[in-house]
Amino acid sequence: MSSVLEQTPPLATPAKKKKRKSSHNFSGSDRVTLGAFVGLPTILHVLFVWVPAVCTILLSFTFWDGIGGLKNIKWVGFTNYRQVFTLDANLPIAIRNNILWLAVFALIATPLGILLAYYIDKNLKGTQLYQTSFYLPLVISLAVTGIIWDNVFRTDGVLNSILGNTNADTAVSWLGDPHKNIWVVLFIASWRHIGYIMLLYLAGMKSVDPSLREASAIDGATEWYTFRRVIMPSLRPVNVIIVVVTIIESLRAFDLVFILNRGTNGLQTLGVLVYDNIQGESTRIGWGSAYATLLFLICLGPIMVYLYQNFSKGND
Amino acid sequence: MVTGDKSKTGQRVAIGVLSVFSLIWVAPILFTILQSFRPFDDVVKNGVMSLPKHLTFANYYHAFGQSRMWLFFINSVEVAIPAVVLTLFLASMIAFVLSRYDSKFSVPMLMLFTAGNLLPPQLLFIPLFRIYLKIHVPHFINSNGVLYDTQLGLILVHVAIQVGFATFVLTNFLRTIPKEISESALVDGANVWNHFFRIILPLLRPALASLGVLMTTWIYNDFFWAVVLLKTGNKRPITAALSNLQGEFNTDYNLLAAGACMAFIPTLLVFFAMRKHFVAGLTLGSTKG
Repeated sequence: MSSVLEQTPPLATPAKKKKRKSSHNFSGSDRVTLGAFVGLPTILHVLFVWVPAVCTILLSFTFWDGIGGLKNIKWVGFTNYRQVFTLDANLPIAIRNNILWLAVFALIATPLGILLAYYIDKNLKGTQLYQTSFYLPLVISLAVTGIIWDNVFRTDGVLNSILGNTNADTAVSWLGDPHKNIWVVLFIASWRHIGYIMLLYLAGMKSVDPSLREASAIDGATEWYTFRRVIMPSLRPVNVIIVVVTIIESLRAFDLVFILNRGTNGLQTLGVLVYDNIQGESTRIGWGSAYATLLFLICLGPIMVYLYQNFSKGND
Repeated sequence: MVTGDKSKTGQRVAIGVLSVFSLIWVAPILFTILQSFRPFDDVVKNGVMSLPKHLTFANYYHAFGQSRMWLFFINSVEVAIPAVVLTLFLASMIAFVLSRYDSKFSVPMLMLFTAGNLLPPQLLFIPLFRIYLKIHVPHFINSNGVLYDTQLGLILVHVAIQVGFATFVLTNFLRTIPKEISESALVDGANVWNHFFRIILPLLRPALASLGVLMTTWIYNDFFWAVVLLKTGNKRPITAALSNLQGEFNTDYNLLAAGACMAFIPTLLVFFAMRKHFVAGLTLGSTKG
């Protein structure tokens, strides 16, 4: 089960396809069944996912107060984009935070997750216990994760207690200080991400042929060399998935900052700005859509990579 | 034996690193559980790190009763279970067709579903919010007569998004099963309906179990859609309702801890009971967590 990642079979070859096609002779009721089997899920998915996605992109080029009907929508070209980049003081902070999020995930959390997977894979004593503890955050919702860590980071929380900053004057406001809070949030987000990367990597490493490793060890290669030259190259599919997961997760950032302080005061992210402009104090559908479209454009890269990885013909 | 010494040091380093990290992973969770059993007054007076003098169920009693966390937990279950069942059913149907009756549409369809699952939710929610205000539902579902602010609406959006991921996983899974199994059924003259229900669904069982466990946790843990698509307080699932326990000026952190425990203990129990399925689900070509 663990290596289904690598087992994804190649898609049917064209020659096979032709043979199949001619072999089908469907009765009327079979056609109805097939139509329903394909139609129902497709309609639901397209209607509730793709139609709204396209509408958002279109709305980002319009002005609409959301009150009047669809007739009141005015086409305004790139005005919304120009406005958000020049007028919205939140945007630079949000972009900075999303970039920091990605950087911390890519440069710190992901390597740590790989390191832990590597150690877990050695099957040392108590390895099950370690493994289980790293999985725990994956089962807990991000909103609850925020509450759990709030115990540690709030002004009268565990961290200040340990540091001895117990009275109100010396207590550090870890979550309230806009210069510090993003780092605290990134720590919490990494707490979850590291376990996820570890899980994916461990599954990949378990599927590496052990004889490869033994051969390398017999040849006198160092552990580091074996890891880099023998294990890593055979984990290419896992690496692609990790890149995609890391980028997409860091762009989606919403729940954690929203539960901590509604994504304000230094914790803005693109995801929060979309929400703020739609259901926040002011409704600016054009701005909200522009932010959502920006998010989409950044996600497009990893989505393409993922599709290429899974559907390109030569890949099996 | 130089190498022996070396590998021993290596092992010690590994155990050291793993222990320190495990502690950081488990400590805040255990601490929250401990907090949930302590009275707030005691913590305010003596600090969070003080040794607990006595433990009490009062916070749970309050969270269950006055704060109606039980109701919100039921709300979560009422959304998660139907959503997962419907997702798996719809995804099995289309995965069956895409893997057993190849056509030139199979790959583009699969790409559509896979990509749809990866779109950021923020890209969908603005028009979806508007569409939900326009879709009419019978009054026994919602007294306002629209899909917005209903659990049905929440279920539908979860199904629509997750069906993308489930279709991708199940199609790949079916492709690993030889078609000869199906072909013998076709020789026996089974129609498409029976082929699906008698042959394919039983074959899918292991994959459905893993996906089911994983998706139940995802949907149960959802926060974004619950915040965005529900307005009425008492319809909220437990993840979104926890903010009810955060006071405007003063928060009873021990009550909040009890609420948080009520939200995550069910998922932890599911995880411990079905850990293999959960891990297998996440590695089935996973894209998110």
